[in-house]
Amino acid sequence: MEQSFINELKNIVGEQYTLAARESLAVYGYDSTPELESLPGVVLLPGSAGEVAQIMALCHGAGVNVTPRGSGTNLSGGSLSKGGVVVQTSRLNRLVEIDEENLTATVEPGLITSTLHREVEARGLFYPPDPGSMNISTMGGNVAENSGGLRGLKYGVTADYVMGLETVLANGDLLRTGGKVVKDVAGYSLNPLLVSSEGTLGFFTGITVKLIPKPQGKITMLAHFPALQDAALAVSAIIAAKVIPATLEFLDRVTIKCVEDYAHVGLPLDVDAVLLIEVDGHPAVIAEEAAAVAEICQKHRSSFFQTAKDADEALKLATARRTALSALARLKPTTILEDATVPRSCIAPMLQVIQAAAAKYNVTIGTFGHAGDGNLHPTCLTDERDQDEIKRAHAAFEEIFDAAIGMGGTITGEHGVGLAKKKYLPRLVGESGIRVMKGIKQAFDPKGILNPGKVF
Amino acid sequence: MDYVKLINCMRCGMCLPHCPTYKETFLETASPRGRVALVRKVQEGELDQSERLLEYLSLCLDCQACASACPCGVNAGELVAEFTCERKGAQGLGFMEDMILRQLVPHPDRLESSMVPMRAYQKTGLQKLVRKLGILKMFPKPLERMEGLLPELPKRPLRQEIREITPAVGKERGTVGFFLGCVMSLIFSEASRATIQLLSSLGYRVITPKNQVCCGAPNMLGGDLEGLKSEARTNIDIFSGYDVDFIVTDCGGCGAELKKYGHHFEDDGKAAAFSAKVRDISQLLAMHSDELQAMLKPLDLQVTYHDPCHIAHCQGIRSQPRQLLKLIPGLQYRELAEADACCGSAGTYNIAKPEMSDRILQRKLDNIRASNAEVLVTSNPGCLLQLKKGLADQLPEVKLMHLTELLAKSLAG
Ligand SMILES: Cc1cc2nc3c(=O)[nH]c(=O)nc-3n(C[C@H](O)[C@H](O)[C@H](O)COP(=O)(O)OP(=O)(O)OC[C@H]3O[C@@H](n4cnc5c(N)ncnc54)[C@H](O)[C@@H]3O)c2cc1C
Ligand code: SF4
Ligand code: SF4
Repeated sequence: MEQSFINELKNIVGEQYTLAARESLAVYGYDSTPELESLPGVVLLPGSAGEVAQIMALCHGAGVNVTPRGSGTNLSGGSLSKGGVVVQTSRLNRLVEIDEENLTATVEPGLITSTLHREVEARGLFYPPDPGSMNISTMGGNVAENSGGLRGLKYGVTADYVMGLETVLANGDLLRTGGKVVKDVAGYSLNPLLVSSEGTLGFFTGITVKLIPKPQGKITMLAHFPALQDAALAVSAIIAAKVIPATLEFLDRVTIKCVEDYAHVGLPLDVDAVLLIEVDGHPAVIAEEAAAVAEICQKHRSSFFQTAKDADEALKLATARRTALSALARLKPTTILEDATVPRSCIAPMLQVIQAAAAKYNVTIGTFGHAGDGNLHPTCLTDERDQDEIKRAHAAFEEIFDAAIGMGGTITGEHGVGLAKKKYLPRLVGESGIRVMKGIKQAFDPKGILNPGKVF
Repeated sequence: MDYVKLINCMRCGMCLPHCPTYKETFLETASPRGRVALVRKVQEGELDQSERLLEYLSLCLDCQACASACPCGVNAGELVAEFTCERKGAQGLGFMEDMILRQLVPHPDRLESSMVPMRAYQKTGLQKLVRKLGILKMFPKPLERMEGLLPELPKRPLRQEIREITPAVGKERGTVGFFLGCVMSLIFSEASRATIQLLSSLGYRVITPKNQVCCGAPNMLGGDLEGLKSEARTNIDIFSGYDVDFIVTDCGGCGAELKKYGHHFEDDGKAAAFSAKVRDISQLLAMHSDELQAMLKPLDLQVTYHDPCHIAHCQGIRSQPRQLLKLIPGLQYRELAEADACCGSAGTYNIAKPEMSDRILQRKLDNIRASNAEVLVTSNPGCLLQLKKGLADQLPEVKLMHLTELLAKSLAG
């Protein structure tokens, strides 16, 4: 990148917040996506929405690419830039307001998700989306990826909570969409379009989310299943029984072992699967729901059923589950994880497909995920230095994706397309899907400077 | 350096919110994930060992909070330390480092006499004398800072005063070897005295070999692996000469290092056996909670506990110190926010990186203030030095004590 252009950017954010040395750029050349890396031209850490707008206007004029970046924990390569400007949001991390009358919170994009949880829960309120990465992921990243979490089954995903956005457009103009009103049909609904836009349509500088009252109680349970299929069938049975737990998470044998190795929370090492189930709400109701869940698990040959004895034990179990992906990396240096999602009723056949693909291509796949959402994360444990195995891993995933699409599912439930899943998107949405998406991109960013090369 | 250890980092970022320097800067270059990536890129030949790169790496405290947080078993702090140690080792020891690490540190008597002028200085107030002190010359500019950290020294180092064998009180239940850390002996001798008293009150015969030497941790810091090994060998030989059930220390830093002797000498049964016997004092005392509780007398105090990195992150000891404090009747225990976050002491870090060290210390002090505790307990000399200074400047009403000092106080009633 031209030094003179870097100097102009420096004038906007200040010397201290302009990173252009090789040693700095090197560590902004990755995110949590395996196998992908590319060096940006410069990294900026703006301190206000105004600075973001100035950066965008300058880059727009010069035709230079801009990629927004939160904490760089996405799993699809979305925050990577090839030689362009990376704009990182860590300094835009204020919790602007919690409005208890309207039940909303307004935040800057760099605020860490779990910080918002803590602050609203201290006021008896609740912001449900809780991705596994919530202690480090940013709200901006969550919105841009439409992140899900462990409580998705009952409470939905980030999109279900975004009420208003303040977005800097590619040319530096400001766009305000939605707000604190609960009803709004004025023109096209732009919020849902911006949510999950992966940094390609605009740069969020303000986010207003919906809050709900904090559930009065919760019961956390762990069910052991000697047979994988029984766990999968139990998931469908629980939902069919009209019990909607907040959390219905699945871990298979490989994942259980890795998580237990790290977290030491007493997970069983001799079963094929466990389900982590949490029901929350009014104490009388959750007691009934917990009983129903226990009965269904027993009917599906659960060998052991445990209820967390206190909040501390419940937290430990949920926290351990959040480490699943990273813990799997204990076994092999490279973990390639996928995010195929199927209708909930198809969890059992999907698990069969995953097992068959692993066997056919002779790769180790550990599977965990948001079973209640039909969103599994088959994770291939491999070594980037073994190119042959990497090839087989991708071949296995190719089959898994095709099967997911065949079942009426999708190639990614929550991690986004980014660079990693570009190849598969046309298969899912077809030619007309891609055409419409490209038209939308054109309308927002005619010069194509915002996070280019992502999604399609 | 083992390349696989570097590529094991899958860049999930789970360690970031636990890293003190990341929390202060929000810079990836100051994060565990970033540090592993930098070392990896040097190893891969993509980056040179430039001034800037070394500067970035040197901001790491080696507190190993990242290792505790990493679900996939990566230890960024240790990797950076290893990298630095190898680099320094390859350069060879400078004159001053040789003087300190080879001529002073391994010889307790010389180390002790080097402190004599310090004691005199404290009595006479003659700053000139401080400057003559070899150990301080390593850091010419930050001398003042270092001097400010030193609390009042005991009259004589504990090593010179303590009996080699302290008999058990009452029926003897076993024998422990006491590893007396250099700084504990030189500066915090009261705490180590308390440690020995507690052990003997619980029925242990305590052997404190007079010829034991420094654990070697300072050598590792200076890139002197050879010096570390030679001290380790000396200590292993000395302690193997006694028939002890455990080797106990009340210094978190020493404990962490002693437990690693087995790794330093691969396939060496004696070294492994030595390390297997090492216990932090809190581990040993917690084994006898019931007996201890019966002996403790009430203390009406509000107390909080700061986890030393060398105890919580390097040795994984978290519950025992808390459990012991809660044994004291009448004591109200207040959990400290971010209790296991580094205090900014980190070996020579607070001298080498004063600005970052101060920011990290400030965060700790703010949390201590919010805990409303009257007594702050911890159990590592580095933390004691750093926090003593911090409390004196900002929270003089809060008293600082080593874990064993408070337990001994309760024992005495
Ligand atoms: C261990 C682990 C567990 C995870 N668990 C989950 C999970 O349970 N559910 C889930 O959905 N995801 C999960 N993820 C994925 C990831 O954490 C989420 O996608 C998260 O939302 C990314 O946030 P971030 O701040 O790291 O964003 P980044 O990775 O920095 O960026 C993500 C995308 O958002 C864009 N972006 C960032 N900020 C802005 C902004 N202000 N304006 C516009 N675009 C922006 C970027 O350009 C990029 O395309 C997990 C990841 C890891 C490593
Ligand atoms: S060091 Fe561990 S926790 Fe940190 S990014 Fe690497 S794998 Fe994740
Ligand atoms: S050792 Fe401490 S300072 Fe260094 S990377 Fe790890 S957490 Fe950060």
